[in-house]
Amino acid sequence: MAAVAAADAPSCYSRLTNEWFCWQYVQDRKPEIVDATVQHIQITVIAVVVSVLIAFPLALVARRLPRLEALILGLSTAVYTIPSLALLPLLVPFTGLSATTVVIGLSLYALTILVRSILEGLRSVPADVRESATGLGYGTTRRLFRVELPLALPVMMAGLRVATVSTVALTTVGTLVSYGGLGNLINDGVRTNFRAELMTASIICVGLAVVLDLLIVGSQWLLTPWTHGRGETT
Amino acid sequence: MTVVTDAWDYLTTASSWTGEDGMLHLMEQQLLLTLTALLLAMAIGLPIALGLGHLGRGGLLAINISNIGRAVPTFALLALLVVADWPGTREFGPYGRAGLATIIALTLFALPPIITSANVAIREVSPSVRQAADGMGMTGGQKFWRVELPLAAALVMSGIRLALVQVWATATIAALVAGPGLGRVITDGFYRTNYGKGIAGAIVVAVVALVLEAFAAFAQRRLDPVPREPSPKRHRGMSATRPMVAEEVDAVGH
Repeated sequence: MAAVAAADAPSCYSRLTNEWFCWQYVQDRKPEIVDATVQHIQITVIAVVVSVLIAFPLALVARRLPRLEALILGLSTAVYTIPSLALLPLLVPFTGLSATTVVIGLSLYALTILVRSILEGLRSVPADVRESATGLGYGTTRRLFRVELPLALPVMMAGLRVATVSTVALTTVGTLVSYGGLGNLINDGVRTNFRAELMTASIICVGLAVVLDLLIVGSQWLLTPWTHGRGETT
Repeated sequence: MTVVTDAWDYLTTASSWTGEDGMLHLMEQQLLLTLTALLLAMAIGLPIALGLGHLGRGGLLAINISNIGRAVPTFALLALLVVADWPGTREFGPYGRAGLATIIALTLFALPPIITSANVAIREVSPSVRQAADGMGMTGGQKFWRVELPLAAALVMSGIRLALVQVWATATIAALVAGPGLGRVITDGFYRTNYGKGIAGAIVVAVVALVLEAFAAFAQRRLDPVPREPSPKRHRGMSATRPMVAEEVDAVGH
């Protein structure tokens, strides 16, 4: 690093040196990197929020109607089987080359994880707990919000973590339609054989996944105060 | 919507299927890649996961490895391998341009589902069954081959099935770094604004993925050494539940 910082040394991301790690690159191209990161976060967060909003009612309906549950689980298996690079083009006739295409594609993948984990979470509530709630005079709706959802939270949050982390990683593929956030930098890095760009974008991408994961773990800790001090639950 | 008719035209033209850059050749190449990487990952992952599971260990390894597998974008790893001095973009036998880089990336991404499910499968064999085996005087090896492995087989195979889906998906992404496989039809179409071709390629990739999944599900059912309850409801509700979620969840790393 000291050599790089020396006054007249060629920049560490010049064609000649093409180093993997180069702080100079980060400083010089800061606006570009920030833009890509912001786009990445926007696409990821919108996709996850949309899929949470859809997954909840879907899972609740599926729980009521077993036949629908089989259909939903079957469809979600089919969706996750389709590679991301193939799913995006299949959406293009409807939504064109836009960020919407990427968001819809990512939401579909996240949806398959979330619906399963919500159903799994609700199923993890012991039957005797449900019965006691009914015995205490809880109606179906109040029982759902006061008893079942809080108890199902750890399993559902585990699903949310998985969905979020994999959405961060998958967003990079959006570069196919030019909306891939950090994926656009990775793509450019491959095309122009630019190691610093490629490495920086990859590191930010993994870092982003870790940060979002920690945020979810933190909010889960705040949302489930009754689990602290009792050691591991689940 | 003209892109849809363009896609149809591309699919129904004989010349898009034949020849060196035809879809049949690319499909063959991608299937070969998928199979090679899957076998490599099984050869590496199964002994480790099953061995540790037999010793009642590996829980932490299984969790960490699938977390890492999920957080690292396939595209980024492929890109790093291709731009590096080794393996780079060199041709590799029948696997085509950047073949070696692709195989390495595919193998790495097949490992998490295989290791996680195989390890969980062995560790979830009920302790009473294990004690019964001990009581019958079985040695460690006998217990593993005759008791643990048959009981765990269904889950181990569902991990391999997920890895298969995962590897096929990853092999498609190889095209983003100008690698081998059918994904090239998709990227060619998109980068040359021939969207019909891109969509046609996507349809073929998706159909093959669904066929592979259906085939794997069928094979899994046929190969399971322990007869299962015919009712799917019961099957889902019982011991298979928790691991199923873990696996599903791994699959969406592509």
